[in-house]
Amino acid sequence: MSTTPFLVLSALLFSIGAIGVLVRRNAIVVFMCIELMLNASNLAFVTFARQNGNLDGQIAAFFVMVVAAAEVVVGLAIIVTIYRTRRSASVDDASLLKY
Amino acid sequence: MTWLSLIILIPAASAAVLLIGGRLTDGWGHLLGTAAPLASFVVGLVAFLKLRNDGDPLHQNLFTWINAGSSAPGNTPFHVSFTLLFDPLSALFVLLITGVGGLIHIYSIGYMADDDRRRRFFGYLNLFVAAMLTLVLANDYLALFLGWEGVGLASYLLIGFWQYKNSAAVAAKKAFIVNRVGDAGMLLAIMLMFRSFGTTSFAGVSAGMDRVSSGTATVLGLLLLLGACGKSAQVPLQSWLLDAMEGPTPVSALIHAATMVTAGVYLVVRSNFVYAQSQAAQTAVVVVGLVTLLWGAIIGCAKDDIKKALAGSTMSQIGYMMLAAGIGPAGYAFAIFHLLTHGFFKANMFLGAGSVMHAMDDDVDMRHYGGLRKLLPITFLTFGCGYLAIIGFPGFAGFWSKDKIIEAAFQDNVLVGIGAVLGAGITAFYMTRVMILTFFGERRWRENVHPHEAPPVMTVPLVLLAVGSTFGGVMLLDGWIQGWLKPVVGGEGQENLPMAAWLIQVIVLVVVAVGIAIAYLAYGRETVSATAPTRVSVFTRAARADLYGDAINEAVLMRPGEYLTRLLVFFDNRRVDGAVNGLAALIGGTSGRVRRWQTGFVRSYALSMLGGSAVVVLAMLAVKLA
Repeated sequence: MSTTPFLVLSALLFSIGAIGVLVRRNAIVVFMCIELMLNASNLAFVTFARQNGNLDGQIAAFFVMVVAAAEVVVGLAIIVTIYRTRRSASVDDASLLKY
Repeated sequence: MTWLSLIILIPAASAAVLLIGGRLTDGWGHLLGTAAPLASFVVGLVAFLKLRNDGDPLHQNLFTWINAGSSAPGNTPFHVSFTLLFDPLSALFVLLITGVGGLIHIYSIGYMADDDRRRRFFGYLNLFVAAMLTLVLANDYLALFLGWEGVGLASYLLIGFWQYKNSAAVAAKKAFIVNRVGDAGMLLAIMLMFRSFGTTSFAGVSAGMDRVSSGTATVLGLLLLLGACGKSAQVPLQSWLLDAMEGPTPVSALIHAATMVTAGVYLVVRSNFVYAQSQAAQTAVVVVGLVTLLWGAIIGCAKDDIKKALAGSTMSQIGYMMLAAGIGPAGYAFAIFHLLTHGFFKANMFLGAGSVMHAMDDDVDMRHYGGLRKLLPITFLTFGCGYLAIIGFPGFAGFWSKDKIIEAAFQDNVLVGIGAVLGAGITAFYMTRVMILTFFGERRWRENVHPHEAPPVMTVPLVLLAVGSTFGGVMLLDGWIQGWLKPVVGGEGQENLPMAAWLIQVIVLVVVAVGIAIAYLAYGRETVSATAPTRVSVFTRAARADLYGDAINEAVLMRPGEYLTRLLVFFDNRRVDGAVNGLAALIGGTSGRVRRWQTGFVRSYALSMLGGSAVVVLAMLAVKLA
């Protein structure tokens, strides 16, 4: 079975995620886009694992999921805290840490 | 001789007790301070008698001072042992320093009686005596230099003794700084000695002198002369001496007339083996002496401040000694002879001036004196002895010593001789002026001044010094002084006078008489105004300004130095600092611009990460495909 469609889908998902991170202001949406990118890479890992006939990629995908879960916990906590203090979920508003 | 070091140790210990003991010693400090130089005098006298009986110089090796370097081939070890040497030359100085110094200490008990820092004053005086004795008893140039710096320190402390007066503080600094210039010459001379001979002891240098080139000998002689000029206030380093009169009068008498300022003469005479090898250096000494003797005498003519008039005279008399010392073996003994008689009569006159000031409420302006001879009979008579001695009245000490120097000057060069005779005439003029303004004429006193004779503790030293001024000439009997100093300075030169000795004496006496007569006509018959006349000739104005010695120093040395400093400061600020600051500004400015990239917008960071990743991927692809 050809792996090309999976890889194309992975690339598409990754690109959508990347553009979303770059252009969207809402922190929640940006966050979801990051998840999208992570899952796009998971798809690529799994596809290559299948193509090469070993389990390395599968294991990497599991790792990514675990890390992503942890990241969601921390990231959402930060977003909620910022929203509580600043009444805004826009990433452009939280720009105090600068020159 | 294990007891030789007592000569130095007694005053040094006394100074330590007085200066460390502080107020605890206030009650009896002046007595201890006076006893110390007198005890040294006794020890010195014993040593002198022993030297006269045995004929051999006394030595005492105290300790090894410096022992550096290995004696392996190609190395020159530096070894200095601190040894005291009591030879005929040192002996005369020891007796002068402790004898005249002791009398001045006694005088100071009375003079400083009202000063609540009298104990400290005596501490400093003892420190000076100890340092001066180290200077003359050393048998090594380095040890001599130790004493040399010690007397410089004591001089500084004593000139600035009344440091609450700004003028005194400034004068002390000036004396110290001008002396530094001379000391630089002295240091260089010592280094050159080590370089040339590998030793700095008198004996070692003396033995090595005939092995070095005449150029080295000349440089050595000139450097030593520079040191001597600084210490002895000779032109061109003369400017500090007149300001040094800010110190208490006993200091002026002891340090700036009788002893310390003659250290330069001692140095030249002690280094006779150096000057023997260099005609040029000898000539330089003669020129310095001749210029200074006229310079000081001219300044002395115009000063209304009695101490400054005497200071000009001191400069001039030391000029005579330098002149004699520069002439060579024919003059060394007479330089020392004049130094001794000058020590008596100048200390005598300075103390007399102190007595007058004491009577006049510390007024130093001679135009406010006048007619004091009836009220201060002892001061007048003793000062008179000093006066007759310095102008060279026949029979008095100065007559013999100055006459011998003038004879020696004529032997050397007729022009030098004429200069010396002229100096004698000017000396007669300004000393007669001092005499008339102070003791004769009408009373020009300020109000509320009630002159009174000084207490016996001050007049007794005056009388003793007057005796010395009167009979000091006995040292010349049978050529005693020449014979005594012969082991140190060598024999006399051959008699080679352009005219008979008696003729020279007559000429000198005539010139002196003319000087006295001019002074009498100008000050004895005319009424002297109580304020200094302002419409005076250009010469008087120059002499009042110390012949522009300070102005010359300022124009030739200070201003260019300031410009150089400013130039260096400019270079430092603009070039050195400029380069460093410029670099810092460049980096700071660049950073300021670069840090603008930190916008705080998360999305722009994400874009740069994405761009960076893309670049990395492209680079890897490019490598793979290439």
